[in-house]
Amino acid sequence: MSISVNEKLKLTPLYEEHLALNGKMVPFAGWNMPVQYSGVVDEHKAVRNSVGIFDVSHMGEIIVTGRGALDYLQNLVTNDVAKLQIGQAQYNALCYENGTLVDDIIIYRRGYDSFFICVNASNIEKDFAWLKEHCPKKGVILENVSDDYAQIAIQGPKSRELITKVIDVKITDLAYYHFAEGKVLGIPALIARTGYTGELGYEIYVPASAAAKIWKGLLQVGAEYFVKPCGLGARDTLRLEVGYLLYGNDMDSTTTALECGLGWVTKFDKSNFIGKEALLKQKELGLSKKLIAFEMQDRAIGRHGYKIFATNDGEQEIGFVTSGCPAPTVGKNIGMAYVTQDYSKMGSQIWIEIRGEKKAAVVVKKPFFVHGSAQG
Amino acid sequence: MSYPNELKYTKEHEWIKIEGNNATIGITKFAIEQLGDIVFLDLPKVGSSFKAGGNFGTIESVKTVSDLFMPVTCKVTEVNQSAIDSPESLSVDAYAKGWLIKVEIENVPADLLSAHEYENYVVGGN
Repeated sequence: MSISVNEKLKLTPLYEEHLALNGKMVPFAGWNMPVQYSGVVDEHKAVRNSVGIFDVSHMGEIIVTGRGALDYLQNLVTNDVAKLQIGQAQYNALCYENGTLVDDIIIYRRGYDSFFICVNASNIEKDFAWLKEHCPKKGVILENVSDDYAQIAIQGPKSRELITKVIDVKITDLAYYHFAEGKVLGIPALIARTGYTGELGYEIYVPASAAAKIWKGLLQVGAEYFVKPCGLGARDTLRLEVGYLLYGNDMDSTTTALECGLGWVTKFDKSNFIGKEALLKQKELGLSKKLIAFEMQDRAIGRHGYKIFATNDGEQEIGFVTSGCPAPTVGKNIGMAYVTQDYSKMGSQIWIEIRGEKKAAVVVKKPFFVHGSAQG
Repeated sequence: MSYPNELKYTKEHEWIKIEGNNATIGITKFAIEQLGDIVFLDLPKVGSSFKAGGNFGTIESVKTVSDLFMPVTCKVTEVNQSAIDSPESLSVDAYAKGWLIKVEIENVPADLLSAHEYENYVVGGN
């Protein structure tokens, strides 16, 4: 086997902590990130059963303020930002005119015209350029503060108990997709009840300079809950089990918000937004391809990029896998894929070409894992 | 980490134990630790022949798929079915119970590494 080493990667403020914890570092979206510490399965189970912490400082943060900020964002994203209360967060798609995706983002509303946006690491520059391009000349102020912030995700059924011990605000009543601003170990932070694991969890945005102190504090205080540092490997298996999408895998600038299943955050009844016309048209005409979830029936793992066929002996190609992995909690090999409309129904038999052989899989309902504590 | 002296190694992280015309082949503990949880092994059929450096199978962890490369020119005589059935066992015992295949050697290339050379190679960051 071969193991590749990549150079010139960006480092998060927690890089030294990852080395100290024996994290295995890999390139991801231009960053040198820990893929695992104790092992993907071990970390995955820690999050499902107790609590784990993730360095997600590679994610970007953009602040949008000033008079007109709300209207400006309304025109850029698919979801209805006006429905956001101050202190609430909202999942959103940022689309091109043709309805395909610039990025998927979370918008946090801090004031009437004051928003904090979390964007994907691989898209920071692209998103900021897109936001600038559409920004009115007066009123709205955009700041790319990605380098100023570190982000740590605290995820798992014990996350509330753990975080309560290190913050100065009461979050017992903090509802899913809401946030509080307070202090973590004395350091100002935005504390959001959001996550990418399907479990009860929090994502905290803190000054980059204080990230190491908070990370170490969480590990120390969390020892009684057997907290584990978790890498991108477990982050991926956890999100896939609950059917969350990953930009660059399951959606990108070649897939529309409807094709990838983001219709639930696409509000056609609000005012105009970039991509609306194209998406409405697609909705009327019907989708030609659709993101589906599948389970392997043969003993094999369908992974990103593998081709999908209609039969095990024919040449009719019907799609491709976007994400796939063994699912530790579910105990099956699962994945997501784009297939043509004809094969997107539950129970459809599909064949995934894996190293020259076609292996059987079946289209199933998302999510694979339904008992997460996220919204409890 | 230990690199048993009686074994030879490749830069692709396979180990080979040569005994006369026969050999046992596996992958190193270093490689297994790099891969993480091993979930799937795809190994060749008994009787198939390979040239040194040829791709003889794949090893899959939760995160990645890696090819396996043959250290010598040979013919496969035995495949470790218990490793295929429970690939997670490789991380417990990479150099004994975790062997992958046994082969009949036709030719041994000159560039196999000694334990010491392999250790220097992996410590060097490759």
